[in-house]
Amino acid sequence: MSERVLDILISSFPRILGQGLLVTIPLTVISFALALVIAVLCAMVQIADVKGLKQIVRFYIWLIRGTPLLVQLYLVYFGLPDLGIALPAFPCAVAVFALNEGAYCAETVRAAIESVPKGQMEAGYCVGLSYIQIMRRIILPQAFRTAFPPLSNSLISMVKDTSLAANITVTEMFMTTQRVAGRTYEHLALYAEVALIYLLFCTVITWLQRLGEKKLNAMNGGNVIRA
Amino acid sequence: MLEIRGLKKAFDGHEILKGVDLELDKGDVLAVLGPSGGGKTTLLRCLNFLEKADGGTMTFLGQEMDMPTLSRKEIAAYRRHTAFVFQSFNLFSNKTALQNVTEGLIVARKMPKSEAEKRALAALERVGLADKRDAYPSQLSGGQQQRVAIARAVAGEPDVIFFDEPTSALDPELIGGVLDVIRDLAEDGMTMIVVTHEVHFARNVSTRVLFMEDGRVLAAEQTAAFFEEQKNERIQSFLRSLDRKDD
Repeated sequence: MSERVLDILISSFPRILGQGLLVTIPLTVISFALALVIAVLCAMVQIADVKGLKQIVRFYIWLIRGTPLLVQLYLVYFGLPDLGIALPAFPCAVAVFALNEGAYCAETVRAAIESVPKGQMEAGYCVGLSYIQIMRRIILPQAFRTAFPPLSNSLISMVKDTSLAANITVTEMFMTTQRVAGRTYEHLALYAEVALIYLLFCTVITWLQRLGEKKLNAMNGGNVIRA
Repeated sequence: MLEIRGLKKAFDGHEILKGVDLELDKGDVLAVLGPSGGGKTTLLRCLNFLEKADGGTMTFLGQEMDMPTLSRKEIAAYRRHTAFVFQSFNLFSNKTALQNVTEGLIVARKMPKSEAEKRALAALERVGLADKRDAYPSQLSGGQQQRVAIARAVAGEPDVIFFDEPTSALDPELIGGVLDVIRDLAEDGMTMIVVTHEVHFARNVSTRVLFMEDGRVLAAEQTAAFFEEQKNERIQSFLRSLDRKDD
């Protein structure tokens, strides 16, 4: 590696990483938190079989899962202004990522809730708990343990998918790299550098996931055995 | 104390209960016997409204209720007087043994935590599992889980406890411990309905026997009369077939 390339890598590293910490991570965290809220609400509507709302939720999931994320970003950022709805790039990205991931996670959460044996609900009723109390205190905590690994998966996907936000002018980590690469023409070195930083982020999440699973297992007395 | 008249239940047009009558006095231990698929479990589930009956009236503590039209609120009020022990235990798997017992007391009955824990510990003591208070269900054997489930049932001080084949899911060597606990409850005068295949247990512990087959009651008699003076040939052959299995 030439000295010039090394210099470019060293000088660009804090800038790219900084943009990752300042934009990529907040974009991911905010979007994913909102996605989880959407997911739990959508799952509950389907489980509780709320008439009317259930059809809307099914439609939303069908629509989101059937169209590309990049197209959704373009539709909202470049398309909606035609209808007089013009959002700044960052909130726009948050909205699209949250709605997109929310649809996928809704199915994860729904499956996890359905995997909790029916007997848990019945036992709850028999000791006098209400539907809401059983959901909140018995079913959702168990479902969360089941949903945790696939949700971590979704989070890891989202960290990388935020690079698509570069297309709608969000100056996150990838766009910053593009700019440096465009100026210096060191494409291989710089894209490898940003790839490594994504890898670093995802490694940290993987490590947090393991920690979280351990903790959740301890809260359920070791492996969850379903009677 | 509890009286059922004309209880009917069908699943997908298939009639499981074809008009069941039942009577229970305070302190009674009613054993429900009969071949599998005869409607025993469905009967018990209807009694605690885990299944909604298609027809039938229930008189409980002097109050008459139309079973199919009971509101959610009325069902909740009724369930404060009852407890249910499941074949597969159904302990809350995210709660410890102690929390399993206190959950209903604290959340549903609004009992202060310290009082609930005191009562729960006494209930766990009664089933011999006070030392397992902090164990999660997955750390307990099937027999221990079922005893915790019985402690959970007892702690609410119900007027009647329903047992749905409480030992059917247990390894043979664990059955005795659970039956001993139920026997103790009977000796203390607890009113119970026990759906079971344990004929010896029914004979020794119950005060009355209800024999069900094909959704109907074939016999409802005092336990001694049921076993000693059984005239019904169908029941005789059923009991004989169980005797053979025991040998």
